[in-house]
Amino acid sequence: MSEKISLTCIGCPLGCTVNVVKSGNTIESISGNTCKRGYDYAQTEVLAPVRTVTSTVRVNGGRNPVVAVKTEAPIPKGKIKDCMKAIYNIKVNAPVAIGDVICDNIADTGVRLVASAND
Amino acid sequence: MYDKRDIIIIGGGPAGIAAAVSAYDRFREAGIAKPSILVIERDKVLGGILNQCIHNGFGLHTFKEELTGPEYAGRFIDKLKERNIEYMLETMVMSITPDRKVTAMNRERGLFTIEAKAIVLAMGCRERARGALNIPGYRPAGIYSAGTAQRLVNIEGFMPGREVVILGSGDIGLIMARRMTLEGARVKVVAELMPYSGGLKRNIVQCLNDFDIPLKLSHTVVDIKGRERVESVTIAEVDDKLRPIPGTEEEYTCDTLLLSCGLIPENELSNGAGIGMNPVTNGPFVNESMETDVPGIFACGNVLHVHDLVDYVSEEAGNAGLHAAMYCLGQISSGSANEKVINVKTANSVRYTVPSVIRPDQMGDELTVRFRVGNVYKNCYIDVYLDDECIIHRKRPVVAPGEMENIVLKKEQLTGRKIENVRVELDINE
Repeated sequence: MSEKISLTCIGCPLGCTVNVVKSGNTIESISGNTCKRGYDYAQTEVLAPVRTVTSTVRVNGGRNPVVAVKTEAPIPKGKIKDCMKAIYNIKVNAPVAIGDVICDNIADTGVRLVASAND
Repeated sequence: MYDKRDIIIIGGGPAGIAAAVSAYDRFREAGIAKPSILVIERDKVLGGILNQCIHNGFGLHTFKEELTGPEYAGRFIDKLKERNIEYMLETMVMSITPDRKVTAMNRERGLFTIEAKAIVLAMGCRERARGALNIPGYRPAGIYSAGTAQRLVNIEGFMPGREVVILGSGDIGLIMARRMTLEGARVKVVAELMPYSGGLKRNIVQCLNDFDIPLKLSHTVVDIKGRERVESVTIAEVDDKLRPIPGTEEEYTCDTLLLSCGLIPENELSNGAGIGMNPVTNGPFVNESMETDVPGIFACGNVLHVHDLVDYVSEEAGNAGLHAAMYCLGQISSGSANEKVINVKTANSVRYTVPSVIRPDQMGDELTVRFRVGNVYKNCYIDVYLDDECIIHRKRPVVAPGEMENIVLKKEQLTGRKIENVRVELDINE
């Protein structure tokens, strides 16, 4: 039994509607995407969706009480909650610069958490 | 004697920085060793609103990678600093004059005036506040604009509330629905007055759908309860004239209401200088060089018209900065009486264009004309006419007011013959 799924690509602000036909874990066709990014997004989204998480961590001695962070790569959607829990408990010391590694492996995703602002 | 600069740029956000960088590069190309450019910023840091936009999705056009707001701003701030371009922080511009005198104040210098050969307006925009929305009900604590909440969470580091209703589906509202949810708040509903979202589709997907936050189109807030703090918000469906329909009211218990109901270009300085304003965009009218109707004063970014994408702001601001430098270098003429001028007109749901006037002799090889449409249309065409000749007929699967459109005109299309108008319109063939 093949299943038709209609997605809105989040790869860029165009927001193309991408149609995927899959049966079980096999993708039969992908259409409607206007670039390679859309193809990749549709493939990942129906099989194992991922998101980049952006948030803030507490910072001691900085200009502001918090500094922005992001997962260096997208993580599985199901891991977002665990990732946020881990982020909540992190405190860093100023100075912090864009790209500084805040955590080597956030919530066992194998992905690094890095600073995305300076403080 | 006043202090002097070649170019003064008002605003150190993405538009102001990009304008400064491109103006600098033009001066250098012209053999000027030390271009005289000053960026004036009222905040403590450069980067403008990008500093609080910690989500990703910036820079796909400009840098071919996905950056967060502070990262995107950081790249441009680096360019500014590499060039040693002068900037002043915590400095508020009080007024500008048509003969390009800029009066500003800060803690070190007090009130001072600097004279410029050219000015670039890059003051950005601000959010439409509750007072402009006519929402009935009490005036308790707990009502914030989405951007204020964003600043509180992402910069100041505290949560403005725990149970949230959001009015308006602008991008900042959608982004904050996700951000507040990630920080442990419960976002109960996003209500949008119009029958379509004001934000980007991707933000509906990744900010609302991902977290099962309902979006109620054609709904608005009809009551706010709570004396000291918000206790509940009542929303109701509206009819096609946007009037609440009795009997459709639903009360949501909450402690916070966020408003994401549109952005307004911040043009008090422009008005003070007598610059001609477009009532549709609330920003100045500009020509192909991003020059306002006051010679030597240019505009770019959200003070000109509100953008969805910072990448387009940078591109447009680069163009403004370039032409401001060319103006100082005497490389563009300004307003000779017999100069050829083409008006850009709009029809069929195209609300406005930027620029609204083109002088073909002054344009580069290509010119991007940006515009917005007034409603959601599917399977339509964007048509561009030179007087009565159709030169572009481009299919669009869907257009929406929340997503800026553009067309590209080539110099060769507009020169070598007499053209009075360029007309941009939608062909809705349904």
